[in-house]
Amino acid sequence: MIEIENLTREFNGNVAVDRLSLQIAAGEVFGFLGPNGAGKTTTVRMLTTLIAPTSGRASLMGFEVGRDDREIRRRVGLLTETPGMYDRLSAWKNLTTYARLYEVTDVEGQVEKYLRLLDLWDRRYDAVGTYSKGMKQKLAIARALLHEPPILFLDEPTAGLDPEASRMVRDFISELRGAGRTIFMCTHNLDEADRLCDRIAVFKSRLRVVDTPSNLRQQLYGRQVIFHLAHEAEPLLAAVADRPYIQHSQAVQNKLLLSLEDPEQHNPELIRLLVGAGAEIQFVGEARRTLEEIYLQLVQEEAESDG
Amino acid sequence: MDKVKTIISKEWAEVFKNKLVLFTVAFLPLLLVAMPLIMLPLMGSDPQEMDELPTALVGEMCTGLSQIECLQLYMMSIFTIMFMILPVMVPVTIAAYSIVGEKTTRSLEPLLATPITTLELLTGKMLAAVIPAVAVTWLTYLLFLTGIWFLTSAAVFRALLAPMWLLAILVVGPLLALFSVSIAIMVSSRVNDPRIAEQLSGAVAVPIILLLVGQSAGFILLSQELVLVIAAVVAILDIGLVYLAIQTFERESILTRWK
Repeated sequence: MIEIENLTREFNGNVAVDRLSLQIAAGEVFGFLGPNGAGKTTTVRMLTTLIAPTSGRASLMGFEVGRDDREIRRRVGLLTETPGMYDRLSAWKNLTTYARLYEVTDVEGQVEKYLRLLDLWDRRYDAVGTYSKGMKQKLAIARALLHEPPILFLDEPTAGLDPEASRMVRDFISELRGAGRTIFMCTHNLDEADRLCDRIAVFKSRLRVVDTPSNLRQQLYGRQVIFHLAHEAEPLLAAVADRPYIQHSQAVQNKLLLSLEDPEQHNPELIRLLVGAGAEIQFVGEARRTLEEIYLQLVQEEAESDG
Repeated sequence: MDKVKTIISKEWAEVFKNKLVLFTVAFLPLLLVAMPLIMLPLMGSDPQEMDELPTALVGEMCTGLSQIECLQLYMMSIFTIMFMILPVMVPVTIAAYSIVGEKTTRSLEPLLATPITTLELLTGKMLAAVIPAVAVTWLTYLLFLTGIWFLTSAAVFRALLAPMWLLAILVVGPLLALFSVSIAIMVSSRVNDPRIAEQLSGAVAVPIILLLVGQSAGFILLSQELVLVIAAVVAILDIGLVYLAIQTFERESILTRWK
């Protein structure tokens, strides 16, 4: 669906995007994470044909960036970082304008569909300037979807929104995910990426890592099992110290945290070992690292290797 | 063509909701109709006033007219030239706001992400400014002529309906509007403040003002031939400017350089 090969963009000698190569499958929700100024928006702008790459190539649904720009624009929807609606005009006028520019055949039908879907129908004739931030963002999402694009680019879809509006937008993206669209989403919100994305790329001028959220967790930390005990966990560290499959062990008050390659295989033996050493196990669970921890770890590693 | 119409419709919807732009667009035409119509009844037939008129001009214009008719015709011909300033000044505000406005409201990026070509976008934006300017000029000129019909003699009215004036208003006017709009769009694409775009583009009116001064002082005698030459020159300039405006509209620079 989206193929990117060595895509590079320089601005006055500064490399904003450095040899980015990626393949994104049809129907995939792809999270593009990175700090401010990492080149995420530049990447989106290149892929939506708004700016040209300095070198490298990209194609969307078989259409080449730089050669088939109009065809690409017909097939992608773009939610820009700021809604960029015409504030003096009504939501109806804004959307009918864009529907016509996107060559939609049933202009009024499509506009009505998305205004109703995003719960803006009752305010359709009000000037967009009177809308809240969340309503404007919903309207911008409607604009990006009017022509039913198979590929959707979302640049920071929940940036600057209050928690309620963010949740509303997230839920809607979640619904879109079910509709089989390919979604390329730039975000700072790691929790959002974790919940919505099939794969995640961490990007800072160049691609640092790309994988599914669960694989990223495993790559960095292995799988971590927590043994909740009825007593202090510290004395039990020695009992498991010689097990070769334990990658990392830690005792925190009454919790024993063990990083394992394959918990399903090793947990029974460990439980026997711990009980034999006098442990009173209350329950066992798997620790789930947040994407934020993963992201910060990667960024830290990157900074250390750069330094 | 559908996309051009869509852009025109969107631009007008925005302009007609912007009171400041609307006031700027309406004020000058109304002033231009009101001023001569107030002046006409106040004009006397003082021989001293006649002496102050440029001799060459009076000789050409006033054959077969009375003193008062000659004075009225002279004054109204000056105002008629001012109707050539209208299509230059009126669209500048609309066109200058056109691109800068999109930049400041951050609406240009989603607009450029649609499958619209630069030619369609700029044609839409140019026509959205040119059409009201021409309509306002023609409408106010019609009001002006109606006033002349009521307030002067048939001879003065006929003289102001001469082909030279009709050519100036009906042909040169729209060409000047396009000239002014092309420059305003080019300036608007390069600056970040609508006021700067407006001021820079407003400079386009200077040659017309010089023509006005030249005619009233008797240095330039506006004739049918001269109006035709002006029309031809402006038409050629228009073709060049429209081409230049489209060629120099760099989507990428506009998106990446604005702050």
